[in-house]
Amino acid sequence: MTSLFKVENLSLQFGGLKAVDDVTFDVQKGEVFTIIGPNGAGKTSIFNLISRLYNPTAGRLFFDGQDITQLPAHKIAQLGIARTFQNIELFENASLLSNLLVGRHCHSRTQLWQEMLFLPNVKRAEREHRMQVEEVIEFLDLQAYRDKLIAGLPYGVRKVTEVARALCSKPKLILLDEPSSGLNVEETDDMSFWIRDIKNDLGITVLMVEHDMSLVRRVSDRVLALNYGRVLALGTADEVQRHPDVVAAYLGT
Amino acid sequence: MRFVFKTNYDQDIRLFQHAGQMWTYLALFAVLLVAPAVVSSYMLSQLVFVFIYALVGVSLMILVGFTGQASLGHAAFLAIGAYTAAFMQAHGYTFATYFLLAGVLTGIVGLLVGFPALRLHGIYLLIATISFSFIIEELLARWESVTNGNEGMRVKTLELFGMEIGRNSDYFYYLCLGVLTVTIIVTLNIMRSPTGRAFIAVRDSETAARSMGVDIAATKVRAFGLSAAITGFAGALFAHKMTFLSPEMFTLQLSIEFIMVIIIGGSLGLHGAILGAIFIIMIDPLLTLLKDDVPLLIGSLAQAFGAGSERVKALEDGTQALTSTAGLKGVIYGLIIMLFILFEPFGLYGRWLKIKLFFQMFPLYKKSTFKRQKVYVKSERNR
Ligand SMILES: Nc1ncnc2c1ncn2[C@@H]1O[C@H](COP(=O)(O)OP(=O)(O)O)[C@@H](O)[C@H]1O
Ligand SMILES: [Mg+2]
Repeated sequence: MTSLFKVENLSLQFGGLKAVDDVTFDVQKGEVFTIIGPNGAGKTSIFNLISRLYNPTAGRLFFDGQDITQLPAHKIAQLGIARTFQNIELFENASLLSNLLVGRHCHSRTQLWQEMLFLPNVKRAEREHRMQVEEVIEFLDLQAYRDKLIAGLPYGVRKVTEVARALCSKPKLILLDEPSSGLNVEETDDMSFWIRDIKNDLGITVLMVEHDMSLVRRVSDRVLALNYGRVLALGTADEVQRHPDVVAAYLGT
Repeated sequence: MRFVFKTNYDQDIRLFQHAGQMWTYLALFAVLLVAPAVVSSYMLSQLVFVFIYALVGVSLMILVGFTGQASLGHAAFLAIGAYTAAFMQAHGYTFATYFLLAGVLTGIVGLLVGFPALRLHGIYLLIATISFSFIIEELLARWESVTNGNEGMRVKTLELFGMEIGRNSDYFYYLCLGVLTVTIIVTLNIMRSPTGRAFIAVRDSETAARSMGVDIAATKVRAFGLSAAITGFAGALFAHKMTFLSPEMFTLQLSIEFIMVIIIGGSLGLHGAILGAIFIIMIDPLLTLLKDDVPLLIGSLAQAFGAGSERVKALEDGTQALTSTAGLKGVIYGLIIMLFILFEPFGLYGRWLKIKLFFQMFPLYKKSTFKRQKVYVKSERNR
């Protein structure tokens, strides 16, 4: 096992609040690595730091051996890091298909003037994008919604669409921010199978934030517990769940 | 109702999704081709204005409708295109050269406006574009060596292939139709390519767009540049249609009229820009009609109900006074905007989609089909 992604002494401060406080961990190639912690622990902030939406106060980020701490946000997808959002950030007034095609954006190489004329190379690229998108639609069973506007889709489908859009970029690492929040039991089950398939069949490394402990136990190789921006424990799901600091944090002491 | 069966991916990539659609547009195009032979010269002239407004409508659709950026500065872009064309023509350049340059130069100005606009959202962006518009207006009035200041500038008759093309000639109509058609096709091409999808992505969620690899700054600046360029082309045509340019033609009032094109037409697609342009241009003759006929109509109605001739006369005069009140047009415009924003947020095109769906689904149509659901709040934090 080799390390795919590494976080070193990462800190993020909002005014007086330390949202992320000296966090260090690394994610191995091919594993499902889950971050747990109470609300406001700083989990989403870590994701936003990785996506470069936030600038860290201190610390560094490495992906595939490359220092990505200074990279602009729109360069992250190209490297092979894709993500979903906890509070669904889909393109509401576009079809599901267009949403997924935006997921392919980091692979577009066509120039604006070529697109204006829709030259053969643009058409070829569009076909290729479409083929990749269809594979993902197939994989996540979204055929029925392909041409639907996102604004009219039920919550569960939007949640899956988030994952689908991330997969369309063919990432090496996918960040899932609470993939099961708001889903019913059945949908959560589907999600857990998909996460396993993403790891085993697609060979994509998963870094996930999740609250549902049964889902966490089912899919995670390693779990990291966070509270007030600090690492409490790191290990298997069971080890972490039994850790006295974690128990205390969840009991609210 | 029609089901479009999709048998291969190209169906979604093509300009027309099915043969029926293609024939409809070809038929419409054919009608527009023969129009000069059929309609009155007044109507033909109005149609030319529809085309020019539709060009600006398409440009606004790219910037406002698709990319979600506000602009009340398009009158200024139109002015830059118009003055560039007129100035260069006066200095002996051919139509092909100055027409192209009007678009390119206006596009470059659009890029320059786009850069500072990157830091602004919503109402602040609106104010910035209004200020830009004021600056250009002032520049037009002061830079007398080029624009002839407030006295205004004559535009010579258009010359193409050694032919003089008058502002009311059939050829000018065809020229405008051609420019509009090409612009629409180019815009549709962009919208089915990565750049077009990036526009939509920026409009709906900048956060997600960035994480998908969309360069927000580059995308917005491109939208500004493209939009300004199209308006610049429209400006060159506008110059020839008006044959006279002066700063007071390009005020905020005109920018508002342009925005009305897409508010009324609807920002869902390019159709909206066209419908809106038709509406805005055709409302003028409609209002004139109103002014002439409504007093008489009311008079004869009163007569039918048995009012005395003195009473009828008073009524006619009263309505006459009302319909010819100065500023009535402004009031009606304002009222229309308000009504559309309140009751038809998707504009005429949205209304058309609803009507179409009603007949396709009859009797299964549900009113709630188009109702927007908002079940959760988007995180404002990530912006
Ligand atoms: N943009 C921001 N500005 C100010 N405070 C923030 C911002 N983003 C997150 N926070 C704060 O940082 C802390 C961690 O938030 P977050 O990472 O969203 O937690 P989690 O995802 O673990 O529930 C919270 O106290 C939150 O209020
Ligand atoms: Mg969170």
